[in-house]
Amino acid sequence: MNTFEFLLQGLVIAAQPMNLLYALIGVTLGTAVGVLPGIGPALTVALLLPVTYQLDPAGSLIMFAGIYYGGMYGGSTTSILLNTPGESASIVTALEGNKMARAGRGGPALATAAIGSFVAGLIATLGLAFIAPFIVKVALVFGPREYFALMVLAFVTVSSAFGDSTLRGLTSLFVGLALAMVGIDQLSGQARLSFGIPDLLDGVEVTTLAVAMFAIGESLYIAAQGDRGPDRIEAVKGSVWMSAADWARSWKPWLRGTAIGFPIGAMPAGGAEIGTFLSYATEKRLTKHPEEFGNGAIEGVAGPEAANNASAAGTLVPLLTLGLPTTATAAIMLAGFQQYGLQPGPLLFATNPQLVWGLIASLLIANLMLLVLNLPLIGLWVKLLSIPKPWLYAGILLFATLGTIGANPSVFELGMLLAFGLLGYAMRVFGYPIAPVVVGLILGPLAEQQLRRALAISQGDLTTLVASPVAVVLLLIAAAALIVPLILRARGRGQVLSQLAASED
Amino acid sequence: MTNGSKPVHVKRRPDGAALVIAAVLAVIAGVMFWDVSRLAGAAGYSQVGPTTVPYVIAICLLGLAVWTVFEAWRGDFPEREHQQLGPIFWIVAGLVAQMLLLKIAGFSIATGLLFAFTAAAFGQRKLWKTIPIGIVFAFVVWVIFSKLLQLSLPAGPLEHLFF
Repeated sequence: MNTFEFLLQGLVIAAQPMNLLYALIGVTLGTAVGVLPGIGPALTVALLLPVTYQLDPAGSLIMFAGIYYGGMYGGSTTSILLNTPGESASIVTALEGNKMARAGRGGPALATAAIGSFVAGLIATLGLAFIAPFIVKVALVFGPREYFALMVLAFVTVSSAFGDSTLRGLTSLFVGLALAMVGIDQLSGQARLSFGIPDLLDGVEVTTLAVAMFAIGESLYIAAQGDRGPDRIEAVKGSVWMSAADWARSWKPWLRGTAIGFPIGAMPAGGAEIGTFLSYATEKRLTKHPEEFGNGAIEGVAGPEAANNASAAGTLVPLLTLGLPTTATAAIMLAGFQQYGLQPGPLLFATNPQLVWGLIASLLIANLMLLVLNLPLIGLWVKLLSIPKPWLYAGILLFATLGTIGANPSVFELGMLLAFGLLGYAMRVFGYPIAPVVVGLILGPLAEQQLRRALAISQGDLTTLVASPVAVVLLLIAAAALIVPLILRARGRGQVLSQLAASED
Repeated sequence: MTNGSKPVHVKRRPDGAALVIAAVLAVIAGVMFWDVSRLAGAAGYSQVGPTTVPYVIAICLLGLAVWTVFEAWRGDFPEREHQQLGPIFWIVAGLVAQMLLLKIAGFSIATGLLFAFTAAAFGQRKLWKTIPIGIVFAFVVWVIFSKLLQLSLPAGPLEHLFF
């Protein structure tokens, strides 16, 4: 069967009434949680994971797809109306979007963000559907050493290529890798770093770590800043509909943003932020109204928002075809797959095509639902924005602990939640990025398996790791991604990199 | 979180907190060495066993600890904003209360306390008001998740009263 038939089959699965309902619940919850200030897609997905525990794998992943896209939409609303981007991928949107909102053009800003996200999501999801089978074919001939090289590349780009310090990025990554070693070794059955505690034999739960670091760490951090005065919410004045001039100025940035964002997301290097910055720079150069940039130019919202969503769909390419999460959000989604014993990767396309294509098709459906939901319900989302901080964070902590209690109601698990929450807080205070810990924890055991398989095949000969051209190229790119930023920072050009910081929470 | 482009502040004396971080990294590395050395005998027959990767990670952590000491000495760490400790204690107290009371008092009461303490951390200190609100809210959440979504959340006296 070709891609078209697979996709049609997926649409038939996704269009079943129950699955449509799951997708609807997913997008509504995703938007509602994503719109809350300070909550990005990674935390949205982690917080809502327990809602899907009792569903079957297909239904749960479909709801997940909705939550993921919904969280992305919600984030843009927050940055436009409140100027507190919940994730670094929305920083650029806040730049122009909040200016538009202050000038009373919040409606068109939200509309161009929503429609741009829809256009980008549609094109990028189709791109995912058509590219995935090719990558799966390539990936099937990958051996352990190629996988290992790929994971090394992902480690480097997630931790040290962007952000303001190689040292702190790598430290976060290795803390995650050290945590990944806890529990029973999958190849030999030996218990490592579990100190005779039965609770540790299963290892550290990715969802516990992610919720603790993102939700509890962030709440502690915000609380410790004290009262810095209320945030100003821009009311949506006038029409939410875009004028003809808005349309004329928006459609090209949407397409350009998609073209920039999707390839960047699809590369096994990740980081939706880079695409948004590139898109913003492109629009600023190409615009006919340069004087509006910095004062609320609609192109500056349309382009980056499209790039943001396109790369969000792009990150699903390495996640689904290679099992490689390149963002914290993708890492948590991988944990969602693993709770059903599913390992994303080329084999999943062969063994469980209905599931994979049902998921891809439901992304399309979720995207459409969001467009229909988002604009008419904008008043409701604005109300969510104005929840006072004490109630907001009290609710966040309630749901954060709910997930852990639902998965494993033990005092020990809650203790880990508290400990990792304090770790997340300390890391925020000292400027350590959070995403590398989560990616290290989930990708660490996979990388170790591939490394040991490769070395077992070569009977311990380390040169096997560089004996294939694909592996060599990947490792060289990884080395460049490690060394070039070091040199740039040493020469005082680090500001650009820290603006591209791959932190999302 | 945005760690933005904070100007690198050159201090004359070494950054004490950063030295503590370096020490913690070294301790983690030490614990890994100690734990893995216990396993070494069990997997001796092949060159790559369950001990290889932990050793590599521990060595890297040691390296990062040394690098951190170096940066701490040069004062390369970003300046920290002033942190208020009061709110932190409220939230931690809430989490501890929930952890200890969960099995005895059930989900609603334990989580209601967490809710009220967190609200207190953000300035809503009227506990006589926030604790009942928290318990009612947690109870509604308990009903939705444990009755509708069949998630197993611990029940206590309050939950048994209704179900």
